[in-house]
Amino acid sequence: MKINKQTYQKYAKQRAPSSPLFKDMFFAFLIGGLICAFAEGIYNLYLYLKIDETTVRTLVPVTLVFIATLLTGIGVFDSIAKYAGAGTLVPITGFANAVVAPALDDKSEGLVMGVGAKMFTIAGPVIVYGVIASVIYGVIYWISGVIS
Amino acid sequence: MNTWEKAESEMQRLAVNLALAKSNIRSNDLDAVFAGDLMNQCVGSSYGAECFNRPFFGLYGACSTFAEGCILASLLVDSGSFSRCGVIASSHFCTAERQFRYPLEYGGQRTPTSQRTATAAGSLIISCEGNGPYIREVLPGTIVDFGITDINNMGAAMAPAAYDTLTKYFAESGKSPSDFDLILTGDLGKEGHSIICDFMKNAGYDMYKSYNDCGLMLYNADTQDMHAGGSGCGCSASVIAGHIMKRFEKKTLSDILYIATGALMSPSSLQQGRSIPGIAHLVRICDSRDKE
Repeated sequence: MKINKQTYQKYAKQRAPSSPLFKDMFFAFLIGGLICAFAEGIYNLYLYLKIDETTVRTLVPVTLVFIATLLTGIGVFDSIAKYAGAGTLVPITGFANAVVAPALDDKSEGLVMGVGAKMFTIAGPVIVYGVIASVIYGVIYWISGVIS
Repeated sequence: MNTWEKAESEMQRLAVNLALAKSNIRSNDLDAVFAGDLMNQCVGSSYGAECFNRPFFGLYGACSTFAEGCILASLLVDSGSFSRCGVIASSHFCTAERQFRYPLEYGGQRTPTSQRTATAAGSLIISCEGNGPYIREVLPGTIVDFGITDINNMGAAMAPAAYDTLTKYFAESGKSPSDFDLILTGDLGKEGHSIICDFMKNAGYDMYKSYNDCGLMLYNADTQDMHAGGSGCGCSASVIAGHIMKRFEKKTLSDILYIATGALMSPSSLQQGRSIPGIAHLVRICDSRDKE
């Protein structure tokens, strides 16, 4: 029996079971929503504690990053993310995890080339293209301001 | 022991020591050690075999490494060049994961076709004397690439190689799957296992009765979250050197085919968009030296 490469690739793709999309989306919605509701809660808590609003806007992401970092460090984050998927990935918690996880892994290779360099293997591209995108957006914003 | 890499080397050392103890020989009796693992530059084996101070061959055949070692060692012993060789292969989830995929604590989801690298090591002593079991026949595989690029579906990437080696063996030997107590592929997982069953059926060989896969045997698919099954050099090495050898001892097996499959890609080759080349080495293990 001779097998054609293209036919095989199609066959392999077709027969491979796909991820349970509805289950994944449901948990992403649920846990992602809970994280956002929690953030909203601490936002109100900080305001209630009479902290001024500009500081609170910085304080809320800092709190979320701290919690995500702590959960990554004690090995709980990935167990939650296994079910939450995009629910933990999309909020700032996912970014914190993406920096801390490689830093933890590579601490055996030293503080400079291990932790220092490898902590950006996943988050690095996000930072680079995030900054570039924000510059482009800024230029467009500025031009639209000049025109009008 | 403060790194996963050191742990993997220690696993190799322990496995070889266990095999030596069971064979009742000392490490100095070994003429050579054939070792392999999944780490860059094969360091798990270099550090693992260092303490034995014996002639050393480091092998890389991804998950097919154990069969590769068995083939080379048995041919060299059969030719009379060596009298006794140690074969060892290992893999560690934590060393492989951070090298091939994501950091350990990274919160990602796996696809149902992905396989999990087994934390395992297995070792055999291939000797010119002893009471068996015996390596009766070997068939080294060729590299087969059907253009699969999905690292999360290695079963599909390696299955054509296993199919190629199996059909070559059956055509050359004139045997059929029913002549064997067990036909074991290395670690094709759920996907690869069913692809092999399908393809072999189309080629006129009924595999269903005697065919199993080490990646499916190592874990309990119902209670352990392994997705498509286990993988890694240590997966088939530990199943063969542990479970299968014990079954030979109990005489519940007398003639098996072991086809270890390997996916020979690197993270860089995948990022450059290249497909995953597969390989499958076949080793026939019998309880008698003269079995036809």
